Amino acid sequence: MSETVVRVAEGPALVLAGYEGEPLRSLDAYREVGGYAQLEKARAEDPQTVIQQVIESNLRGRGGAFFPTGRKASFIPTPDKIAKPIYITVNADESEPGTFKDREIMLKVPHRLVEGCLIAAHAIQSKQVYIYVRGEYLEEYESLQGAIDEARAAGILADVEIVVHRGAGAYICGEETALLESLEGKRGQPRSKPPFPAISGVYASPTLINNVESITTIPAVLAVGPEEYAKIGAPPDSTGTRLFCLSGNVARPGVYEAPHGITVRHLIYDIGGGVPDGHELKAVMMGGSSFPVMTPDDLDTPLDADSLGKKGYFIGSGVVTVIDERTCIVQFALRVAQFYMHESCGKCTPCRVGTRWLVQLMRAVEEGTATERDLELTLDVCDRIIGKCLCVLGDSAAMPVASCVTKFRDEFRAHLAHGGCPFGEDSQLAGLFAPVDQHSHTPVAQEALV
Amino acid sequence: MSSLVDEIHELQKLYPEGTRSAVLPALRLAQERHGWLSREAIEEVAGALELTPAYCYSVASFYDMFHLEPVGRHTIEVCTNVCCGLVNAQAVLEAFEGELGIRPGETTDDGEVTLRAVECLGGCSTPTIVAVDHVYRQSVTPEDVPSIVAGLSE
Repeated sequence: MSETVVRVAEGPALVLAGYEGEPLRSLDAYREVGGYAQLEKARAEDPQTVIQQVIESNLRGRGGAFFPTGRKASFIPTPDKIAKPIYITVNADESEPGTFKDREIMLKVPHRLVEGCLIAAHAIQSKQVYIYVRGEYLEEYESLQGAIDEARAAGILADVEIVVHRGAGAYICGEETALLESLEGKRGQPRSKPPFPAISGVYASPTLINNVESITTIPAVLAVGPEEYAKIGAPPDSTGTRLFCLSGNVARPGVYEAPHGITVRHLIYDIGGGVPDGHELKAVMMGGSSFPVMTPDDLDTPLDADSLGKKGYFIGSGVVTVIDERTCIVQFALRVAQFYMHESCGKCTPCRVGTRWLVQLMRAVEEGTATERDLELTLDVCDRIIGKCLCVLGDSAAMPVASCVTKFRDEFRAHLAHGGCPFGEDSQLAGLFAPVDQHSHTPVAQEALV
Repeated sequence: MSSLVDEIHELQKLYPEGTRSAVLPALRLAQERHGWLSREAIEEVAGALELTPAYCYSVASFYDMFHLEPVGRHTIEVCTNVCCGLVNAQAVLEAFEGELGIRPGETTDDGEVTLRAVECLGGCSTPTIVAVDHVYRQSVTPEDVPSIVAGLSE
């Protein structure tokens, strides 16, 4: 049983509606809080009407890209226009560092995800749903499979089939086209786009791909009505609530449902109880480890895509990870770079080679063998990765590393001047082991550093 | 116990005919049955799916959870990504190293336990996350390590 704190922090309970500490795993428990009522309502309506409602709500993707969910559904051709099956794939390959909300949906309100899938299936007239659950999630898989089996036994699925497809450990499979490749039984390497999945997705057929939280929000959108939903949060672009993932050096970490538009400061200090033991906030891993880090002067930024975007940040998958002053930011950048080096699928050269180069550079700074020129070289390498690969994994390594070098330049220079890490062994991340170093096929050769 | 081949044929029914989608679940099943994906295990999967062993090996080698070398009867996987690292995952990993006498990526001499460091397991608010035989343990501290290791042999 998950010990994670999961609750509605403020605003209306939508994704977590009805959840008050006891998981709504059984069909009866979910029905008691109005479960499957929206499915019944949706099925009585024309599919196009349902899509229109989601468009009007301006619900946007909760997986990281923030693409309008309704519009994405509208790209799927109707069955009369195409002689192929239409598929839905739900992205439950939750692997972005700092993200732990989709698993709580699968554990706490699995039937709401099933209901969302069935509403989406009605809307785009699909008969087949695949839910791609990350391979490491065992209890989550069992909870979700239990809900699907119960719904099937009760006749709720009708003529729709939902199959849970389990991954096998690969961050890249959270990228939508890599997910499709993996679902097709291949190595999870992203595809070139176009064609986009709406036209040629899994098995070269039209495919709608949505994150778990996006799909789970659909019943809530219909329950409150699209017009009302569009007023919640920070309209017009960041409507509704979302599940924020608060972690790191904070007193009360957890998954908190709250409206878009609350400030980062409010989430960390009022909801999360602030930085414990008198420590000071130094940086925030904002949106996930794939994005630029936030500095303390931007804590009053509202958590909506527009406000964050104006300052060069991303809302990502709702991650807010607090980093206090005991952490060496070079070690942070190194560990982030190691992650992406480990997870790079190897298809595009800038990412495959660039992530390894970033690891070497960050390690050289940390160990005191780098020079000022290496800081410029780091930014140059980042520049040569961003926007130059098939998917955004390379960008996801480059953006946080570049932001660390740019925003914490003094700390990087202190490493150069000090001939190594000024924190010594006192940084929280000192000596943190990275999985990439336990594989014999991916050693980072120090002498290879230019 | 039904045969692996029969079970793989059941898995194939979840996907459209003529597709290779059953490869991942079939490899998982074979690994659960044999402990790791030996050459023989991969050949068995390939035979059941009417694919080449080379194809199945190429897929298996892409994914972290597939073991292409023998592993221990138990696996201990410690998250050492940033969120766990901020709350001392390193000390937890070192405690396991000390308790088991092996480094990350290694297996104890008696073939019982494999220790691995892994990337973010998605339990970031209750660090450190340790997957013990694939079941998540949350808020693990170095003090918890001896009892976790002792609990393995039960």
